[in-house]
Amino acid sequence: MKHLLSTADLGRDDALRILDVAEDMADVSTRQVKKLPTLRGTTVVNLFYEDSTRTRISFEAAAKRLSADVINFAAKGSSVSKGESLKDTAQTLAAMGADGIVIRHPASGAPRVLADSGWVDAGIVNAGDGTHEHPTQALLDAFTMRRRVHGDASRGRDLDGLEVLIVGDILHSRVARSNAWLLRTLGAHVTVVAPPTLLPVDVSRLGVDVHYDLDEAIARVQPDVVMMLRIQQERMAEAFFPNAREYARSWGLGAARFRSLPHAALVMHPGPMNRGLEIGDDAADSPRSTVREQVGNGVAVRMAVLYLTLAGDREDSL
Amino acid sequence: MTTTHLIRAVETVDGTRTDVLVRDGVVVELGSGLSATGAQVIDADGLLALPGLVDLHTHLREPGGEGAETVLTGSRAAAAGGFTAVNAMANSSPVADTAGVVEQVQALGERAGYVTVRPIGAVTQGLEGRQLSEIGAMARSRAAVRVFSDDGHCVSDPLLMRRALEYVKGFGGVVAQHAQEPRLTEGAQMNEGALSAELGLGGWPAVAEESIIARDVLLADHVGARLHVCHVSTAGSVEVVRWAKARGIDVTAEVTPHHLLLTEDLVSSYDSRYKVNPPLRRAEDVEALRAALADGTIDIVATDHAPHTSEAKHCEWDAAANGMVGLESALSVVHRTMVETGLIGWADVARVLSVAPARIGQVEGHGRPLAVGEPAELTLYDRGVSRTFGTEHLAGRSRNSPFLGHTLPGQVVATLHQGYATVRDGLVVDEREIADRAARVAAAAVLAAPEPAGAP
Amino acid sequence: MSTRTVLSQADITRALTRISHEVLESNRGPDGLVVLGIPTRGVVLAERIGAQLSSISGVAVPTGSVDVTMYRDDLRRNPTRASQPTRLPDGGIDGATVVLVDDVLYSGRTIRAALDALSALGRPRAVRLAVLVDRGHRELPIRADFVGKNLPTSAAERIFVRLHGVDDDELVAIEGGADS
Repeated sequence: MKHLLSTADLGRDDALRILDVAEDMADVSTRQVKKLPTLRGTTVVNLFYEDSTRTRISFEAAAKRLSADVINFAAKGSSVSKGESLKDTAQTLAAMGADGIVIRHPASGAPRVLADSGWVDAGIVNAGDGTHEHPTQALLDAFTMRRRVHGDASRGRDLDGLEVLIVGDILHSRVARSNAWLLRTLGAHVTVVAPPTLLPVDVSRLGVDVHYDLDEAIARVQPDVVMMLRIQQERMAEAFFPNAREYARSWGLGAARFRSLPHAALVMHPGPMNRGLEIGDDAADSPRSTVREQVGNGVAVRMAVLYLTLAGDREDSL
Repeated sequence: MTTTHLIRAVETVDGTRTDVLVRDGVVVELGSGLSATGAQVIDADGLLALPGLVDLHTHLREPGGEGAETVLTGSRAAAAGGFTAVNAMANSSPVADTAGVVEQVQALGERAGYVTVRPIGAVTQGLEGRQLSEIGAMARSRAAVRVFSDDGHCVSDPLLMRRALEYVKGFGGVVAQHAQEPRLTEGAQMNEGALSAELGLGGWPAVAEESIIARDVLLADHVGARLHVCHVSTAGSVEVVRWAKARGIDVTAEVTPHHLLLTEDLVSSYDSRYKVNPPLRRAEDVEALRAALADGTIDIVATDHAPHTSEAKHCEWDAAANGMVGLESALSVVHRTMVETGLIGWADVARVLSVAPARIGQVEGHGRPLAVGEPAELTLYDRGVSRTFGTEHLAGRSRNSPFLGHTLPGQVVATLHQGYATVRDGLVVDEREIADRAARVAAAAVLAAPEPAGAP
Repeated sequence: MSTRTVLSQADITRALTRISHEVLESNRGPDGLVVLGIPTRGVVLAERIGAQLSSISGVAVPTGSVDVTMYRDDLRRNPTRASQPTRLPDGGIDGATVVLVDDVLYSGRTIRAALDALSALGRPRAVRLAVLVDRGHRELPIRADFVGKNLPTSAAERIFVRLHGVDDDELVAIEGGADS
């Protein structure tokens, strides 16, 4: 794999390969020596144009467990503030000998522009671009589901037949998009639930079913997994829904709605959670909640991604 | 350094072959076997003579944006594309909202000498959409502005648009609206639809264009004014214009070459050479626009030539500027999308790229028939060749063309403006030579002018 | 390209039996032995050797696998390959006598990687190496303690090992070389 930019372009074999390698990487974290020499001598740069301590730390831990050298580059740059351009930053990193660049950027498509530009010859990993994709999040979500469903027999298995509900601000969510494509590739069926204002006008290229009513969706779909997305503060002021109370009442996973879920259904959330808004304590703290293990699985999945994009002979492409 | 040209054996848009003798900026003789004495001969066997093309929508960027283009470089680009007149949009810096700026732009165009530059005046001061600009002053200035537009921005306040439509009537002018409801297009990056949902780019819904056009044609009807709609881009907009014309509303409309050929699928690469306002739309919209141009619902092709520096384009999509250069490629793209498809003939090409734009913009002396006594504003076009469009075919200062690498038909072999060649053998003539000729023409005009009353 | 079989299924079985006896003899019994195979076919061999050690000695000898993909020194030269599981027996390897098992010993680089992997997994008392085939051409100072068959080869030749549990049949063959 040369780059990991999206899950829309990720075929089933490549997706399973990442998940299977992640299984072995997860084992490393249980050993006394939590380190592999695999990326020794390579330089991985975390190029984060958006604040995100959690994701950045996860990538940093992943790179270090593979013995890579990590440089954190917190760049400011938006069309408004006219900070250093993406091109100049990329050329600086190239001059510094970056082998891999993990990029999070507020503009959808920025990792693609960087990968196609020729400004730098490094493996590019998309850590979230605008409202477009967040492939490693979807991969760690799929890894988590697979482990919960198949346990130790996960290797080589996909998610065939799994029913997944994704609830929340689909319109602005790169997590929702990446999950929609990856889950479908792995054989799962995805239904999105949101008020119409938080859904794209045309979802036909996402391959999902749509419901406006969460209770009805739960009853009809009988989901194996319910993934709650975070509602961002900015949306409150922009007329997408009247107020937080109405949102929580209709689309929040409160106590009663949590009890109405199929008894084995998993509850997932990419974090950080707005307790009391999109998710309540009963759901978030139950044994069926995977929120904490999603964090640990994130390091293993990101180790697999870094290994597969940076370890090989740089010629083979995704 | 002759001002007499003999164009030999050129084909006209109605299919006849003729020689054309041009002297002192005027067509003096038509026929066959004309004498070449004292004339520079242009062998036009196999070429098509079009009236010099007229662009109703160009961005020359000067004053203020000279990094991307100047009046001089933009004029060269126009000449290369077979244009002899361009209307320069008002979104310069300072904005063309006073007599001073429009007179300056016109003077720069005259001095450069490649094309007639007709400045467009802003509708509102500073393009801010709040107060009318000095429309009267601009109309009465030496620039004699007749087209007013806030292009780049929409005149979105309905009351202000009404006032503008009414006010320009007093000066024989027309408002050219950039139809884009701002509240529906906040953060918009590309056409809103399934693809924008996939790519995570903010949507620019068709209704934001169509609703403004619908409002404006009704306003124009109510106050009895003329309206021109810039860069129509959707099938729905075509329907609205068609409805308005059927009711006898005085509305004209333009379409860009890129909206006749390119669709939103190109945005999947996030390559910002395809970023433009209004955005590239669906195949169904392209189909509707072509049909509308063919049946006259859309009156003209206008390039919306929008040069940008490399820094403004070579970056992530969100940060990239909107716009494409289009003067040099316009005729070839119309050839490819409208003539090769059998939708229109060459007489229609002359109409949509020269005659009608000259009429709508009141550009005197352009878009005229090929006849004795008419001004020598001519384009000689080779329909038989094909080229891979490249940066060597761009003559302006900027390179942001979406057609680079495309195979396009045809080539402008020669352009005559004010009777002298601005393009010769397919190449733009040197700017000092053109400036010199333009100066001579200007001097001759001064000498020929009648004596002011009361002079001794 | 000619291919000739050098070990039949019966030969392989006999070789593994002999290796198992040699291991017990050199270790003076089964105490402390842990047999770890290098995926893929080394794991099959390790399981068989472990089973034989257990049945000969009457004591259960633990087996497992140690994957070396992440420790290889030639990663940059090749397309990336997927890793395989590393499964250590419950008692771990600290203080144990680890018998590493692989099908073919060639340059020795795989074994070097395996030793690095083992050092991250624990601290064995000793590490021994058992291979089904030693084909020579060592590039590192690595030596097998227990060998099924010594097969001098030229670099142009290829060795095929097929084992039930991974393949449909069972044999060791040599292909190619400077042919007449």
